[in-house]
Amino acid sequence: MAEATDRPGLTPSQTVGPFLHLALDVPGDRVAVEPGSDGSIVVRGRVTDGNGDPVPDGLVETWQIDGRFARCATDARGEWVVHTAKPPAAPTRDGTLQAPHLCVSVFARGLLDRVVTRCYFDDEADANDVDPTLAAIVEDRRHTLVAGGSAVDGYRFDIRLQGDDETVFFDI
Amino acid sequence: MADELDVLLDKIEDPALRSEIKTQVERVRAKRTFGLAFEDPCRSSTPTAIISQTRAPPEYRSTALRHPAHAPVRLDPAKADATELAGPVFGDDAVTEADADLTRAAHGEAVGQRVIVTGRLLDSGGRPIPSSLVEVWQANASGRYAHQRDQWRGTLDPNFAGAGRALTDDEGRYRFVTIRPGAYPWGNHHNAWRPAHIHFSVFGRSFTQRLVTQMYFPDDPLFFQDPILNSIPDVAARRRLVARYDHDVTEPEWALGYQFDVVVRGPGATPLEDRAHG
Repeated sequence: MAEATDRPGLTPSQTVGPFLHLALDVPGDRVAVEPGSDGSIVVRGRVTDGNGDPVPDGLVETWQIDGRFARCATDARGEWVVHTAKPPAAPTRDGTLQAPHLCVSVFARGLLDRVVTRCYFDDEADANDVDPTLAAIVEDRRHTLVAGGSAVDGYRFDIRLQGDDETVFFDI
Repeated sequence: MADELDVLLDKIEDPALRSEIKTQVERVRAKRTFGLAFEDPCRSSTPTAIISQTRAPPEYRSTALRHPAHAPVRLDPAKADATELAGPVFGDDAVTEADADLTRAAHGEAVGQRVIVTGRLLDSGGRPIPSSLVEVWQANASGRYAHQRDQWRGTLDPNFAGAGRALTDDEGRYRFVTIRPGAYPWGNHHNAWRPAHIHFSVFGRSFTQRLVTQMYFPDDPLFFQDPILNSIPDVAARRRLVARYDHDVTEPEWALGYQFDVVVRGPGATPLEDRAHG
């Protein structure tokens, strides 16, 4: 039991609630890389619930291996957008090379804890084909982790919290 | 029955497999205790030490269409990102000292009981996390948020915006001056009232440490009927969401003091490692 005093218990998560905008909706946080600058991309999407209705009071955060971070609250249509750059391919702990991806958190009223997913890119097909995380997902759900579009037109990554075609979420 | 099962589990030779199965068993047990969850978080006890909620509690109605139906996919730790995804780096210029005082607005002081809320941001090894952003938001003394979607008839206070931010110092400590928020009704069930609470958002050092939670005040009589606090099945874990009154933090002729430490996972820990001592 000595260990218990050395190692404090974890603080549990609680829902972000409907009024997260008061502190977490900071417009500048949507931009990790200035739009139009070299290598910049735009990633947008819509968060929907089990009825397919928009989630108008959520928050989407993107983190990536090169240290870039962005976040955006969803609007009345459930839409969010961030400006960043495509991250480099990065190795796993055992040295396997992964396809470029964003690590994505979604916070919302009705979620006791964030849900975590990954945003891969459809125009990285060769890298995606050998990505060890994508390979571990059953084939008919794998597409939920891949954003369509391109660097020129922008990428689209919709997030379905529940229901038909529910996005794959990870226990990290 | 439980004891017999524990004896059987202890016979599993492979330590990794034993730990894995025990964790699954604990999860099932945690779910079973959920029906008893409307308890005073400071007075009851349950044998489990699981803080991760693996299913949506029906008592919290907003989860019904939002909580994923599929279980989350466990990432093989060997296949996780090699470098822990670093959190955003915040320079000293991102936060000013005034950002940590919620009671001062352009025209006057906020109405309500002035309180000081301070504590440390730690990882599960007890190590402080310095230079990390802590963001808070809350209702005013009437239980009303300064938010256009808040329809509760509590009075708006023009001198209380209800949001603050601070960077932790070298010892991982943060400190806010604010007012004690009021309780408010929220329609989740008959006569449903949220206990007074302050929302906390912390980044830690890495993606796995990101945490959003709520801090409660000790001896609040509304805990028993709150499905959000009681979504945490383990009493010891629920208790960690309740701040401690600290007379040494209280300042004479000024404000009451509360301590609230926030403990996030170890930077490289897997869910299994951390839940084992949750």
